[in-house]
Amino acid sequence: MSDVSINSAIREDEASFGDFFALLKPRVMTLVVFTAFVGLLAAPVPVHPMVGFCAILFIALGGGASGALNMWWDADIDSVMKRTRKRPIPSGKVTGSDALAIGLALSALSVTMLTLATNPMAGAMLAFTIFFYVVVYSMWLKRLTPQNIVIGGAAGAFPPVIGWLAATGTMAVEPWLMFALVFMWTPPHFWALALFMRSDYDDAGVPMLTVTHGRRATRQHILVYTVLLSVLALGAAFTAIGGPIYLATSVVVNLMFLRGALRIWRRDEDASEADNFAVERAFFRLSLWYLFVHFGAILIEALLRPYGLGGWG
Amino acid sequence: MSIRTTHEIHQRRFGRNLGVGLALVAFVVIVFGLTVVKVTRGDFEPVTASEGQN
Repeated sequence: MSDVSINSAIREDEASFGDFFALLKPRVMTLVVFTAFVGLLAAPVPVHPMVGFCAILFIALGGGASGALNMWWDADIDSVMKRTRKRPIPSGKVTGSDALAIGLALSALSVTMLTLATNPMAGAMLAFTIFFYVVVYSMWLKRLTPQNIVIGGAAGAFPPVIGWLAATGTMAVEPWLMFALVFMWTPPHFWALALFMRSDYDDAGVPMLTVTHGRRATRQHILVYTVLLSVLALGAAFTAIGGPIYLATSVVVNLMFLRGALRIWRRDEDASEADNFAVERAFFRLSLWYLFVHFGAILIEALLRPYGLGGWG
Repeated sequence: MSIRTTHEIHQRRFGRNLGVGLALVAFVVIVFGLTVVKVTRGDFEPVTASEGQN
């Protein structure tokens, strides 16, 4: 081999390991890991630590696989949006076919391994989640309806249900309460983002609510969903997953969240532009804490239960 | 003259190979650990005749 052929084999933009890892959407994965972990521990069945670790790992891997498949499918709009332009495929570091191969391989691996590590119900639910996120949300409805975020929210809400199933192997009401919490939380979270990243979705032609129904309607939707979310979150305090710690936490956080949604609803575009969407940005940041705090409280209630302290006794 | 200088690309490739290697080793360790736990707990024990009748 000559020097010339060696040099021609070098591509300056060749992907590093981190670029392949970025395909798995690690930030989304943290939400998946945390909510699945809470679902697993909130279940009334003790799980061996090694089995629990494997369950969370393979649920996270399944979430990562669906992230890679989403990036493969959405590469065209990712290259248009400022927020997603630097992702591995639009930046030219990873090819679309590589992302597809990684996504499919990790999907098969994660579902198979979760089934073997825990039970077929959990494996089937993980497979359904990947299918829902990639086919129903990404391929079918994301570019079709302004309610795309609501549907995407459902896809992101499955991990606590899978965690619960991994522990118990049977369905119950409690994991679906956790599902509902993530499901109702997603629209206000993303619509707040859409308010201050507006040109992104316009440019990409994604029918985001801000584009199809206007920004006033989006502000109203944020308020309505936040009210419904607050009712749900506070109501959950009186179920099997709640308790006094959860209730106290939820009251405080929901009051803050409702105040933020009200402020967003009251503002007009001029006021928002004047302070560069400070209220919308603050609401978005608070929304990140919202879910973490609620699931953290559910986790604390579950951990205290064996000592007779968690829940309503 | 042979090429000795390590290009930044070579480091990136090494990092990628190392990452894949470590991921594979981790996978083997996980499967082994899981198998040990499952066998120790008796997950793979066949159902005995008396249990089957219960």
